[in-house]
Amino acid sequence: MLITQLKPRETIEALTEGKKVFIINCHGCKEVHFPVEEADELQKAWTAQGKVTGILTTDYICNQENMELRLRKHMEEIQAADVVLVFSCGVGVQTIAAYLEEKKVCAACDTCPLPGFQGVTPLEYKCDQCGECYLNLTGGICPITACSKSLVNGQCGGAKNGRCEVDSDMECGWERIYRRLAQIGRLDVLKCPTQVRNFATDDDV
Amino acid sequence: MKITELFERGEFVVSAEVGPPKGFHVEHLLEEAKTYLSGITAVNVTDNQSSVMRLGSLAMCKALKDKGLTPIYQLTCRDRNRIALQSDLLSAAMFGIENLLLLTGDHTKLGDHPQAKPVFDLDSVSLIHAVKKLEEGVDLGGNELIGEPPKFAKGAVVSPCSDSVDAQLAKMERKVMAGADYFQTQAVFEPEKFIKFMEKAKQFGKPVQVGIIIPKSAGMCKFMNNNVAGVHVPEEMIEELKKDKEKTKAGITGVEIAARIIKECKPYCQGVHIMALGWESKVPDLLKAAGI
Repeated sequence: MLITQLKPRETIEALTEGKKVFIINCHGCKEVHFPVEEADELQKAWTAQGKVTGILTTDYICNQENMELRLRKHMEEIQAADVVLVFSCGVGVQTIAAYLEEKKVCAACDTCPLPGFQGVTPLEYKCDQCGECYLNLTGGICPITACSKSLVNGQCGGAKNGRCEVDSDMECGWERIYRRLAQIGRLDVLKCPTQVRNFATDDDV
Repeated sequence: MKITELFERGEFVVSAEVGPPKGFHVEHLLEEAKTYLSGITAVNVTDNQSSVMRLGSLAMCKALKDKGLTPIYQLTCRDRNRIALQSDLLSAAMFGIENLLLLTGDHTKLGDHPQAKPVFDLDSVSLIHAVKKLEEGVDLGGNELIGEPPKFAKGAVVSPCSDSVDAQLAKMERKVMAGADYFQTQAVFEPEKFIKFMEKAKQFGKPVQVGIIIPKSAGMCKFMNNNVAGVHVPEEMIEELKKDKEKTKAGITGVEIAARIIKECKPYCQGVHIMALGWESKVPDLLKAAGI
């Protein structure tokens, strides 16, 4: 089981301030607890302010074919938005970010683990349910699972020809992140404050 | 003495590297360091380099300091969590060790204990941040230290000839923002790439020591080209090492090449860091040949 919980209100406000937003809610699998009411309340307030270009509420956005099919009907609304804000587990955000590769895709939730069945998620994108989603600082590519050392402040000096020092079959996660940020014109997020991981998060849930 | 004081005075700072042994008998290493490295500014002591278990960096730093040398304590995030790292930093301060080089560290899988748990609770940037907090009298948990806080020269690394140099510069900037005082680089064999890198890196206003490895043989260079991140030895240099085998074996060719690289890079940087990899005895010749 997983729990998705809304990021702190000020974090979400900072991501969307003065911006047009397209919202994706994933009411996905039975294994995920989703903060339906809080998300709804927030989204209604934004709609009233006129900052929402569209809302798509669906399930299993981690299933790429299903997600693409549903997203295609909303492409104009997505184009009109500055940010696509995804209310889902970390896998969902990564799937959307990879599909909308030229769009700024942000996570509105943190994903935490609960004991039990982990749900059916595709293997290409991994979420460690670390409880402190970094996808907004990394262009939608997870540094916890895409980097062998799970570094959160940028690449180490170990990559050779773009490959990880641990596994030459694996691309350096931080080189992918750097490229993605350059592509969406968001290299400025690399200047964010020093990140120190919080390993206590899952105890607090 | 903090090496940052020397940078501030405009001195060209020279450091070299010593790797502790897999064992606890260090007399020979200390003698060697005293003989060949006394003339230089400071001696880096590696921290379980390449993820191979060895004598601790902190103990070796203390032993070198007792012999009158200035140690630079290398500290990686691979083997210790934030509690152990901060504790070791306080221990270093107690021993009067003032120079640090703060790194993420190689992954455990590359070393001689691939079964070990890789820690990486912090990384190079958050470790620099942690040191800065300690200097402000507070630990990472937000608790106050008792007494005068420690003061260090906080060093960091950067890889100027990396194939992802822009990502390296972005990381360098994060290290500067976290509080890094000076930088040592991965080994440079392509001065033109280093010079280009420095044109961009100088905006950060932090002293940089160019990293130098004395090439021992063509085989060593080919090995580095295939296996060591951020290092590329150009083909002409490998040919030069192949030309006169006796001269290369005696270390003369390697010293000539390394001296040439230092001379080319010197106008663009504030110091040199020599990774002699067992050829500590060649360091005095190298510095002489490079005109330092």
